[in-house]
Amino acid sequence: MEQRNDFPSKYPVSYPVIGAGGDTGSWRMFRPEIDKDKCIKCLFCWIYCPDGVIDRDNLQINYDFCKGCGICAKECPRNAINMIREE
Amino acid sequence: MSTVYDLKREVEKPERLTGGHRLCAGCGAGVVVSGVLRALEKEDRAVIVNATSCLEVSTFMYPYTAYTDSFIHSAFENSAATCSGAEAAYNALKRRGKIDGTVKFITFAGDGGTYDIGFQSLSGAMERGHDMVYVCYDNEAYMNTGIQRSSSTPRFTRTTTTAVGSAQQGKKQNKKDLTEILVAHNIPYAAQTAPMGNFRDLHSKAYKAIYTPGPCFLNVLSPCPRGWDYPMAKLPEIIKLAVDTCVWPLYEVEEGVWRLSYTPKKKLPVEDFLRSQGRFKHMFKQGNEWMIEEAQQYVDQKWDKLLERTGA
Repeated sequence: MEQRNDFPSKYPVSYPVIGAGGDTGSWRMFRPEIDKDKCIKCLFCWIYCPDGVIDRDNLQINYDFCKGCGICAKECPRNAINMIREE
Repeated sequence: MSTVYDLKREVEKPERLTGGHRLCAGCGAGVVVSGVLRALEKEDRAVIVNATSCLEVSTFMYPYTAYTDSFIHSAFENSAATCSGAEAAYNALKRRGKIDGTVKFITFAGDGGTYDIGFQSLSGAMERGHDMVYVCYDNEAYMNTGIQRSSSTPRFTRTTTTAVGSAQQGKKQNKKDLTEILVAHNIPYAAQTAPMGNFRDLHSKAYKAIYTPGPCFLNVLSPCPRGWDYPMAKLPEIIKLAVDTCVWPLYEVEEGVWRLSYTPKKKLPVEDFLRSQGRFKHMFKQGNEWMIEEAQQYVDQKWDKLLERTGA
């Protein structure tokens, strides 16, 4: 998302951006990877994701912000998400 | 629009809490907030008010916010008052025809900002009857400042201010039942929920709360991996255990009518919930069996009372 400027203000105002807290992907110890062959597109990973980093259309994970909590891998009914240790 | 939950329809909606906020990995608050905001209709805008909390410090870092909607943070004790003021201003502008579309007012606060510090302003806003929703994400202690006890912390819990030692074994008092206190305000809608299963319960309750005119209250269980001491990926499991052991029953009160939303197929012993978290570890030491018994008695007593009220 581009930084919004549709509400110009003379006072200091915060605007919504993706990545308001910076590059939180660097916190990650384990990286979730979706096995597209096993995936049934139930989107349980998406509803549970606390960081909203799973793209609903093509099920891509945004690794810039994914913190690697592993909730998606735990919740996946087909075990299609593997947690792989970051190098 | 119906309140029937259809995941396929929810998928169409834009995400209202963007990624890259600074909540801990696996934090329940992120799940709760995105779950509640998903109940908003696509075309409606929202004003989100936040009491000081983990959620506030991690989603709002000047000059950025992680919310795509308008956001206000004022202070710990007056989030409900701030929200009711914004709602009154909106009504005035609407009356003069200076504002288009529908704007909904949602307050998020932790249990410290709701059960303890923000309680007077919450009670006032509920009494004045503003059209707003107050969502408490209950993680059962002051997690933001380092896991101190709050009045929401259950009995026997280990926190940094209710230590386990020879003088005391965790918190001595029981948890305050805030949802019941809010029901006593005679508000149109109050409910207790948790992000569980396919989120049907959380979603339908959030929808009702947002689109019921008048003040509404949601109390949502939001586990904290740091404070509750469990592996972060276990969040859904912990929530399921809390609901199935009846530690956190799901119910709603609509215009004074109590309704149970979920009855566990098999009511599990409280021990299962306690065992899953490090904050109750001392309860399993030899000689502390009485603690588990008393915790079970308390939960049973509350559950029986709830069954009586809901007529189930």
